[in-house]
Amino acid sequence: MRIVVAVKQVPDTETKVAIAAGGRSVDESSITWIVNPYDEFAMEEALKIKEARGEGEVVAVTIGPARAATALRTCLAMGADRGLHLSDPAFEGSDSLGLATILAAAIRPLSPDLIFAGQYAVGTDNRQVGMMLAELLDLPHVSVVTKLELKEGGLTAHREIEGGQEIVESTLPCVITAQKGLNEPRYASLKGIMAAKKKPIEEKDAAALGLDRASVGETGARVKIARLEMPPPKQAGRIFKDDTETAVKEVVRLLHEEAKVI
Amino acid sequence: MAGVLVFAEQRDGKFKKPSLEAISEGRRQSDRLGCELSVLLVGADGLSELAGQAAALGADRVLLVSDPRLKLYAAEAYALAVATAAGKLDPDLLLMASSAMGRDLAARVAARLGAGLASDCTAIAGEGGGFSIRRPVYSGKAIATVVFSGARPAMATLRPNVFPVIAQPKAGRGETAPLEVPFQEKHFRCRVNSIEAEKGATLDVSEADIVVSGGRAMKGPENFSYIRMLADALGGAVGASRAAVDAGWIDHQHQVGQTGKVVSPTLYVACGISGAIQHLAGMSSSKVIVAINKDADAPIFKLADYGIVGDLYEVIPKMVEEIKKVKGA
Repeated sequence: MRIVVAVKQVPDTETKVAIAAGGRSVDESSITWIVNPYDEFAMEEALKIKEARGEGEVVAVTIGPARAATALRTCLAMGADRGLHLSDPAFEGSDSLGLATILAAAIRPLSPDLIFAGQYAVGTDNRQVGMMLAELLDLPHVSVVTKLELKEGGLTAHREIEGGQEIVESTLPCVITAQKGLNEPRYASLKGIMAAKKKPIEEKDAAALGLDRASVGETGARVKIARLEMPPPKQAGRIFKDDTETAVKEVVRLLHEEAKVI
Repeated sequence: MAGVLVFAEQRDGKFKKPSLEAISEGRRQSDRLGCELSVLLVGADGLSELAGQAAALGADRVLLVSDPRLKLYAAEAYALAVATAAGKLDPDLLLMASSAMGRDLAARVAARLGAGLASDCTAIAGEGGGFSIRRPVYSGKAIATVVFSGARPAMATLRPNVFPVIAQPKAGRGETAPLEVPFQEKHFRCRVNSIEAEKGATLDVSEADIVVSGGRAMKGPENFSYIRMLADALGGAVGASRAAVDAGWIDHQHQVGQTGKVVSPTLYVACGISGAIQHLAGMSSSKVIVAINKDADAPIFKLADYGIVGDLYEVIPKMVEEIKKVKGA
């Protein structure tokens, strides 16, 4: 069984966001980069499946500049067999459909049985690429998965919805996007980190993927960020430090009479 | 043809509020553009009654796609239904709620149509003959304004609790007709078989008007009874910080924050939550924020409209009493 895991390098969730000059992107100078937290659940699930079956290959794939190779190394250290780094200046400024187009071009020739991704990449918060990838590869998908069971020729997945879970049946191959709760991602062991250094990472650019450069990146983007701003500052609130009794009475009164929310 | 198309999600023959919000925003955009509003309903049965509701909210046309296999969500079949409707109407704008279903479906449809999709939007305006859409990124740490180029339609999913439901709607023509969609067996490769409702939880944090959340100060799962008590008194949903979820005190469905759910309720009450950036990102767009914390220096107070410095185990029971008095009056 061949499993592909699409991962993305994203700013640490504790990062304070600052807007870069030009007002269209975030200032990357003080960002600590991590593997997108949801992609770790995706990677863990792929590794668990391979281990349970005692055979197969797990391929980690990412799109990004040179720094993104670090994310692939992390995946290799967790246990992925090899990495695929899709990198080309022409990919910069891609919207979700552009990213899915690049991933589809790289993944199609691998004919995987399963494709995993995180349910979304923190930062851009689009929640689109997994489903778009499935559509472009003409595969079924299940998103926001918290439980996965493989069976002959197919799978059963629990998918998180408002106030509950949908139990979804799908045929294989299938694209799965991982939600927190699916598993507990492992930490890379020292042995894993050493082994990762010897594992191959293959680089591919637009030409190697047979992609028309105009169909991806900023040129091909159907959605573009025109402006990026900080949210408007919040006015200072009223904080009560006196005795609890008075504070509670006053806050409930204000919620009722001033804010009119209860 | 042009116009605005809204996919209005229904479950069990009912609209949830985000669907009404999507139809309402569809109506407002149609009015702004001077064009027709079409609403698409997909399901097994009971759609005609919903068509009436959509018309009452201003739908000029209602397209019905019914098939017994569409009772529960099936991503590919639903995507084909939306794409077929879009192909027929060639709308300028295609909207749906940013719900579990809407987010899943919209991306698949956008790829099928080759359209641009703006997720989880909080405002839609006109700009140079096209649309300009505001959407929070970095879980609300920044706000992006996005524009579309070329491809039709412009697609957007709408963040729940942001776009108001039209209070006094003017009914649309409500011309209702079935839409033929060429379904084949292969469009049902992935399909929902059943739904398991979460025990005891009736309201999801992402949909609730009021959210009461507990954090590290809960110290254990049993103390979440305090949070539930306050949530019940207010008629709200129970949320939690990442610290409480990671400690295993409550299910991750309840997590509010950058790696949990982003919420925009009318009232958010943070109990024993210090206010890590992670958490603030998920709730800072709430309309009114109340913080209860022992530590007067907790960052959450910087964001709070009203704050109580005190022990939540004393504050909450008193608060419940006061709320009951106010509500009973």
